[in-house]
Amino acid sequence: MHSIFRNKIINFVATKKIDTQKPIKMKILVCISHVPDTTSKINFSDNDTKFDTNGVQFVINPNDEFGLTRAMWFKEKQGAHVTVVNVGGSETEPTLRKALAIGADAAIRVNTPATDGFSVAKQLANIVKDGGYDLIIAGRESIDYNGGMVPGMVAALVGANFVNNCISLEVEGTSAKAIREIDGGKETVSTSLPLVIGGQKGLVEESDLRIPNMRGIMMARQKPLTVVEPIVTNAETTSVSFEKPAPKGAVTLVSPENLDELINLLHNEAKVI
Amino acid sequence: MSVLVYTESEQGTFKKVAFEVASYAKAVANQLGTTVTAIAINTNDTSALGNYGVDKVLNVKNTQLDKFNANAYAAVINQAAESEGSKVVVISSSANCKYLAPFIAIGLNAGYASNVVAQPSSTSPFIVKRSAFTNKAFENTQINTDIKIIGVSNNSFGLVESTSSVSTEDFSPSIPELGVTVDSVDKAANTVTIADAEIVVSAGRGLKGPENWGMIEELANVLGAATACSKPVSDLGWRPHSEHVGQTGKPVASNLYIAVGISGAIQHLAGINASKVKVVINTDPEAPFFKAADYGVVGDAFEVVPKLIEKLKVFKAQQ
Repeated sequence: MHSIFRNKIINFVATKKIDTQKPIKMKILVCISHVPDTTSKINFSDNDTKFDTNGVQFVINPNDEFGLTRAMWFKEKQGAHVTVVNVGGSETEPTLRKALAIGADAAIRVNTPATDGFSVAKQLANIVKDGGYDLIIAGRESIDYNGGMVPGMVAALVGANFVNNCISLEVEGTSAKAIREIDGGKETVSTSLPLVIGGQKGLVEESDLRIPNMRGIMMARQKPLTVVEPIVTNAETTSVSFEKPAPKGAVTLVSPENLDELINLLHNEAKVI
Repeated sequence: MSVLVYTESEQGTFKKVAFEVASYAKAVANQLGTTVTAIAINTNDTSALGNYGVDKVLNVKNTQLDKFNANAYAAVINQAAESEGSKVVVISSSANCKYLAPFIAIGLNAGYASNVVAQPSSTSPFIVKRSAFTNKAFENTQINTDIKIIGVSNNSFGLVESTSSVSTEDFSPSIPELGVTVDSVDKAANTVTIADAEIVVSAGRGLKGPENWGMIEELANVLGAATACSKPVSDLGWRPHSEHVGQTGKPVASNLYIAVGISGAIQHLAGINASKVKVVINTDPEAPFFKAADYGVVGDAFEVVPKLIEKLKVFKAQQ
């Protein structure tokens, strides 16, 4: 009797211990860039100094959308709380609402145009510090300016770990395992929270991406979208002007019966083989 | 004041891109009237840098740096920049350099321009041309900070030989906490990577199935090229994601890009636009790729590619 009683106490204590160790909800911040759709024709206005948004459809940056979808997995499987953030004017709010409709819990918009990568990183780092996020998911680069610097700069500014070109991410407690794409292969790494990742396709598959349904769109309207005023930053780089590639000459067609001619052209004219 | 260039190596040997960034650094140093210092990490023989205008090498040998770590490598480059008083730091566009660049930028309070395709058009103000909108356009970017970081787009500047007498100094920087540790590396040996390749052979859905990739690999093999694929092919699982080139895949900036059975969706063309010479092989003369290509063959890939392989073998044998 005595020993059974003692076992019960031990069991009780053990259960209690597990209870207090139950992980607190992971707080995820997904950084969303508002970019022209991949099919957009790119034009410039104001003497080639501004991107011409005329007739351009804006979407969630594809690299960010893979990350957002992975964040939904953490929300559904591990009870994470997911906030999305964008640095930009009010015209970017439909993109944030779409992220809410996909399933994010809350949205933040830092009310300033995204002028350069460093300024955006400073604004995001400020949000990260204020919100105490454990995991910050950003895309490896935006498909408009392709700067590729924001995720790493945020990590450096807040003192978090950083994995770039991330194609797989698992989090258990405060440890994380990630796979990073390297030139010609991949690398498996271990790290810990707080963590910033620069994500890309592979975090989830193309077929895992979600199209918001009517219920999601209705619910998104009720979710908080907080507008935060920016902190003061200075632009480290400035966009001076844009150029489009020189128009291409017509293609030189070579008959499939005369491939020696193709080799000759590549060797003697183009000088690439 | 000298221009600092990070010359990457792999398993103790310089990567080709190391000589390209050194060539670029030399051009910038000439513009600024200064010298070039290279930082080399665990490289066995650094003497080849003397062919590309490098005046001094800071040679780091440290087993803690055997595996790449962005934090640690950035700290090494930052300490080198500080010790040289460098105002310009030149790096490549390799996956590793893009990983560590933001850490150098924050560490040195320096503005960073990535994907730079030409030497600065002006040094005061400091303006560089970089590719943007996934190669659909170029952006002239002014770097406003005292120290500037330039990420040179691969194959954009090329190798420019310039003989210099290079001095070598051992450099022993302090290594910070790593934060991220490498458990394993999965990398195919003896294949050319898309990032480093001068020639890329790429194929699309026109190949009908993954079992038909043998001839693409053989064509790549004959040319010493890397293999790549279109987005549908990687989405279908015919080829690994790492081969997907295009707007959401890898960018390609090779000297020669050969597209077999790829129609040429706008996202694909954007991703490969930085390649200098493009060849398309496709049965459909209306395929959009013909508008983007320099040379085209209207024909069935299953007939054209094997014939091309045979003719290239003869050509290579004569070289």
